[in-house]
Amino acid sequence: MPELVAQNRFAVVAVILFGIGLLNLMLQQNLLKKVIGLSIMDSAIFLLLASLGYIEGQGAPIVEEGCVNASLYINPIPSGLVLTGIVVSVSVTAFSLALIQRIYRRYGTIELPELLERVKKEED
Amino acid sequence: MRPFYENLPFLSIFITILCGVLSSVIRDGRKAHALALAAAAAATVLSAVLLYCVYTRDVSFVYSMGRFAAPYGNAIKAGPLQALLAAAFSAVTGLSLLGGGRALLHDILPEKQGLYFVMTQLLLAGILALIYTNDMFTAYVFIEITTIAACAMVMAKDTGPNLIATIRYLFMSLLGSGLFLMGLALLDSIGGYLLMEPLARAVEILAELGRYHRPLIVSVGLMVGGLGIKAGLFPFHLWLPDAHGGATAASSAILSGVVLKGYIVLLITLMLRVFGLELMREVGVTGIFLALGLMGMIFGSLAAMREYHVKRMLANSSVAQIGYIFMGLGLGTEFGVAAACFHILVHAVCKPLLFLCAGRLSDVSGHHRSLKNLRGSAYRDFAAGVGFTVGALSMIGIPLLGGFVSKLYLSEAALESPSMAAALLTIAASTVLNALYYVPATLAIWVRPPWEEIRDVMRDVKPEDTRFDRSFFAAAALLMGLVFLLGIAYHPVMDVIYAGIRLM
Repeated sequence: MPELVAQNRFAVVAVILFGIGLLNLMLQQNLLKKVIGLSIMDSAIFLLLASLGYIEGQGAPIVEEGCVNASLYINPIPSGLVLTGIVVSVSVTAFSLALIQRIYRRYGTIELPELLERVKKEED
Repeated sequence: MRPFYENLPFLSIFITILCGVLSSVIRDGRKAHALALAAAAAATVLSAVLLYCVYTRDVSFVYSMGRFAAPYGNAIKAGPLQALLAAAFSAVTGLSLLGGGRALLHDILPEKQGLYFVMTQLLLAGILALIYTNDMFTAYVFIEITTIAACAMVMAKDTGPNLIATIRYLFMSLLGSGLFLMGLALLDSIGGYLLMEPLARAVEILAELGRYHRPLIVSVGLMVGGLGIKAGLFPFHLWLPDAHGGATAASSAILSGVVLKGYIVLLITLMLRVFGLELMREVGVTGIFLALGLMGMIFGSLAAMREYHVKRMLANSSVAQIGYIFMGLGLGTEFGVAAACFHILVHAVCKPLLFLCAGRLSDVSGHHRSLKNLRGSAYRDFAAGVGFTVGALSMIGIPLLGGFVSKLYLSEAALESPSMAAALLTIAASTVLNALYYVPATLAIWVRPPWEEIRDVMRDVKPEDTRFDRSFFAAAALLMGLVFLLGIAYHPVMDVIYAGIRLM
């Protein structure tokens, strides 16, 4: 069992991080903390993806002087996915933070239960 | 040399993105509006031409993007079903923008109007890409683009409740796409490919050998669950009523008519092209869809019955209608999927019609939203009243209208299923429940209230609001025409869907 965990250490850490992020996103009532939970969740997925493409002892897939030997390099596709994923995650985070700022300006609080109560009053 | 029509899917996506970028530099809201309409019309025409070409030749084709050949690189795959859905969604987006145009220019700050149309165009491009893509990771990227654009469209009408609705919508959507991405990472690690066909072969081999059975189930569950959250599947629908009910009429129409369906279309592509229906039945996904769909049909309608706010009532009814679609998928047969596709089309036409008409009725009643204040409003805009009535009758399932045919097909599909009794009973119960809130709503807008009440409401009405709205009239008439078309000429549409599923 310990060897299995050590072998899959990246996956284990990724799943734990994903759980932490998910719980934060679901259970925290502060909007900012929810966004942080979301970022942790995304980072966990990127860790998993990056570790999937890594092959022990091999280098970055940069082809030198036309010498192509696939066995020298790590798998580049997951790395490419992680890069794209990071771009998506950054833009989503920026969008949520801008939205939270706007909410704070209008209501003066970013606690979700309080906000919901205020909205209910506003509608009545 | 490839035939020219194979370029059409790429062109329609590219044109909408290009017009979106152009809109960001147009300051004048009216010009940006015209550009958005032109882009949606162009996408509709291109998709319709594509539909004609692929349906008459009975083919589907893979169009590789960039220099890398399969099994690497990126690709588009289009067949009759994709072309039909793309044409319908582009048309509905265009008509929603056309019909909601006046309310939109009223609801959104003038300096932000150009940016709003950037979002509508990106949204349409994202939906088209979700329909056409043959690559899992491209699907993920466009899911996120669609999500951001959809949230921006909700918050475009800048009120406090809308901001809160947007942030709840955003968090639920991001949770959904996070789950999808996690599932995708797992699937990539055991399947090894991102293009759908090589991935499907790898999944088939894995399923046959029984290797990595648990990771496969987990990844299927994560991806399906993520898409279900985004599509508003019961019980993950709690964000939906506020987000769809608060936005401006055109946004509500596009969000409920097109955006929810975009994710379901991706789900159908996954079910048919990647995992295969057999595997979905085996791991129990279809059973879960069936159960949640049936529950959504009942509980969505019950929630709608309690609403006094007309747009939130329509949004809750969307939850029930999404339940119908998932019930069709949950039957786990190709006929069930075809019926679900038909219901996607019917709801994509019918719900925007209802939202536009409800928006117009509240505009001519001093922007009041509760049903009580809308009494007799149909006489103030006759077209909106007729449109609302037609949409409501179609939702209930009156013959000659689209809703009747889709319920017929769904029931027929349920007959072959082991859970026939539950499905048929729920369809019947849900129909009664639909009638229980759509009939009173329809009666409310047609019954003249006492004179004093009209006077109270009319005090808030500005004369320019009651002026005849030509673009609304055109959009409502066209959408009504489509509802009747789906209700009368359903055989050709169904043939296209069957051909599309065969050529998936």
